[in-house]
Amino acid sequence: MTSWLDIVMVLLFLTDLGLLGSSRLGVYVRLAAVQGVLVGVLPLLVQHTLALETVAVAAGTIAVKSVLFPWLMARIMRGFDDRRERQPYLGYTVSLVLGVLAVGAALWISRRLPESGAGGLAAHGFLMPAALFSIFTGLILLVTRRKAVTQVLGYLVMENGIYVAGMVLVPESTFLVELGVLLDLFVGVFLMGIMIFHIQREFDHIDTDQLAALKDWGGEP
Amino acid sequence: MSGLLVSLILLLTASALPLAAWRRPALASRLGSWGGAAACGVGLASSIAAFAGSVTASRAWPWVTPVGGAFSLALDPLSAFFLIPMFLVCGLGAVYGRAYLAGDEGRLALGPSWCFYNLLTASMIVVLTASNALLFLVSWEVMTLASFFLVTYDHDRAESRLAGRLYLIAAHIGTAFLVVFVLLGRRYTGTLDMSQWPAAFAGIPAARLGLLFVCLVIGFGTKAGFMPLHVWLPEAHPAAPSHVSAVMSGVMIKTGIYGLLRFGTMLGTPALWWGGLLVAVGLASCVFGILFALAQQDIKRQLAYSSVENMGIVALALGVALVARALQLPTVALLALAAALLHVLNHAVFKSLLFFGAGAIYRATHTRNLDALGGLLKRMPRLGLGLIVGAAAISALPPFNGFVGEFLLYRAAVLGLNSDADAGMILLAAIGGLALTGGLAAACFTRLVGVALLGEPRTPEAAAAVEPAGAFRWPVTILAALCLALGVLGPFLVVRLAPLLSLLSGDPLAKVSGLLAPETGPLTAVTLMALLVLALVVIVAWARHGLLRGRDVREAGTWDCGYARPTARMQYTATSFAQPLVGLFVRLLRSRRRYAIAPGLFPASASLNAETRDVVRERVFTPVFQFVDRWLSFLKWLQSGRVQLYILYIVITLLGLLFWTLRGGA
Repeated sequence: MTSWLDIVMVLLFLTDLGLLGSSRLGVYVRLAAVQGVLVGVLPLLVQHTLALETVAVAAGTIAVKSVLFPWLMARIMRGFDDRRERQPYLGYTVSLVLGVLAVGAALWISRRLPESGAGGLAAHGFLMPAALFSIFTGLILLVTRRKAVTQVLGYLVMENGIYVAGMVLVPESTFLVELGVLLDLFVGVFLMGIMIFHIQREFDHIDTDQLAALKDWGGEP
Repeated sequence: MSGLLVSLILLLTASALPLAAWRRPALASRLGSWGGAAACGVGLASSIAAFAGSVTASRAWPWVTPVGGAFSLALDPLSAFFLIPMFLVCGLGAVYGRAYLAGDEGRLALGPSWCFYNLLTASMIVVLTASNALLFLVSWEVMTLASFFLVTYDHDRAESRLAGRLYLIAAHIGTAFLVVFVLLGRRYTGTLDMSQWPAAFAGIPAARLGLLFVCLVIGFGTKAGFMPLHVWLPEAHPAAPSHVSAVMSGVMIKTGIYGLLRFGTMLGTPALWWGGLLVAVGLASCVFGILFALAQQDIKRQLAYSSVENMGIVALALGVALVARALQLPTVALLALAAALLHVLNHAVFKSLLFFGAGAIYRATHTRNLDALGGLLKRMPRLGLGLIVGAAAISALPPFNGFVGEFLLYRAAVLGLNSDADAGMILLAAIGGLALTGGLAAACFTRLVGVALLGEPRTPEAAAAVEPAGAFRWPVTILAALCLALGVLGPFLVVRLAPLLSLLSGDPLAKVSGLLAPETGPLTAVTLMALLVLALVVIVAWARHGLLRGRDVREAGTWDCGYARPTARMQYTATSFAQPLVGLFVRLLRSRRRYAIAPGLFPASASLNAETRDVVRERVFTPVFQFVDRWLSFLKWLQSGRVQLYILYIVITLLGLLFWTLRGGA
């Protein structure tokens, strides 16, 4: 079991780095889908017994995160002329360097976190750092990218991290809580999808920085 | 208690239904109006019964909050006393409001307005009965927000939006002090259960109690409209629909007085300076309030300033009561407290009457400017009579109800004059200030009646006015009857206050009744005299009617004066009527005048424009807020408008906190 868990964690790190280093929106969506599968199978690897609940949560997570969301994204992007993230606030190389620093920070933090009641899980070396790194990756994407689609993906990646962290910190988290998180996520992404669609229809682009004209101060005299 | 709960549930239903029926404004209006009126009827009956029987009851429901809140309500004579005028005015307002708002159907949203109106009433029930400090704060905030939405009802007009913003800011500054009070109270006593506070406050040092008292005066004073915290009143009352002005001015600002009484009595024996502070605040409020009222041309603005004046009188009475408590003068304290309570009740009656009347005039003539009215008594005699009664009551003329409270206050202050040198000075100032206020109030409302109701109409709109519909008139008539009834029954009412006074002062009931009984004599005598005069007036009027019957009676225009072609412009205007008095105080009021006189020996046109703005707002609050704005505007760069940067702020904050928490551990 542990070796499988290690492999999943390494893949999670790699997908995060891939997200930081790429510029194509299509790649983002595919990597996010892969991440969905990774975090989806995690409950199966972590739980020692295969309860019906665990399987249901895993199946639901995978269905929503790696089938439904990518399909939604692909639908939204169908109308775009430009499927690249151009001129991010931070370049891809710088983002990668920042990502490596984030890996360091994640390790530093996870060594110092108070021991939770997770026992064996917290002792597993990479679960917590991988979770934190996913959160950081999501935040970096949210802060440095311009396109609304990328922002949604950043949010998704961050949620993946929170999902893993939740599994480590609150292993007794029930079926209901995870379903709740999933529903939350679904509604969030769904709404964002609709909003992006309308923003694009209205303004012919999805650059969020051009929405700055809508701020309260200084826009109008 | 169960009557109150029924009323509360009815009100919540009556606030939800109009919102659901928002597409059909007439239906929404009917649901809101009937629901509100029915709920207020139930509540009124229940609270009168509770007050008459000195009922105390309480109910509590669990409410999960992190700091120890509970949904606990308690009814005692103090709550019941404030609930009675609240239900009366809100119920009449619900009936009146339907007719008043009918004019806006199709232009403005009626459903939300009714929703917030009934929510305001419901929140006031909870404010007046909450026995948990957190519940009190929450319902206080609901009350503030509901009234904010009512003030901004006509939000297409810049005036309404400005009034709403001013009200929201002022109300929250006040609430901030109440939050501080509640937090300090919880820290000193360890509980949010208000029934345990009086005992828990007993062992606290005087300096801390003083701090709590100042928080109370600022927090509740902002709602009650004490100077210099009154700035929101003269803007919010004219902007709101008239039934809302009546409710806000008639009863909502009284929740400030209720709060002062409820929480102030928990603090134990007062220091002398507490009373001195309230007397000073009260004097400033009543003298300046009535002076500003005198200088306004807008009827509702004048009434709003007059509310500041009346709340000042209540504060003055409370201050005198506190001074007397500090000096161990039980009779003086009881009389002053009774004066404060009766004035709260009476002001609710006559101020809502005047606002209802002003609204009816506004709907009939489409103006609130006194200088555009005139001659309305001939056109709307029944409404006019009601207004005259209200004006007499607010000018504290016997036998109407405004007189009772002020008379008791004079009596209390005079009784206490010889007791102590320091207190004597305070009480002397109170008497002088009250006398000046009374005179100015009489002038102010003589002007209102004289300019709006008497004389000749100054504009075609005023000339075309007719008697308003029954829904406008009946609330005014009922309240006018109450003005007379409460005035005549004044001595009786004072005696009935004994259980409440005993609750507030902590003295046993027998002692309170014993002290009060001999003090009602002079009040009875004055009331009887006034009744005689009133009877004489009626007899004279009847005799005149009889003598004129069958004779040739000719009617001519008012101010006809034998001129060949008199015009309405030859009358005194509201401004010119007030000029001699306003001129005396011009240094305080800072009235501005603009002349425009055409040159030449025979000037063809001339104009004079006098305007009095709020000195406190212009000289104190505006500069302070501009200063704050200037110093804080450098923070504008924080709001770049980029979502990414906002997320970055959050990330930096969270990471900083995380690293700071983890820095030591390994």
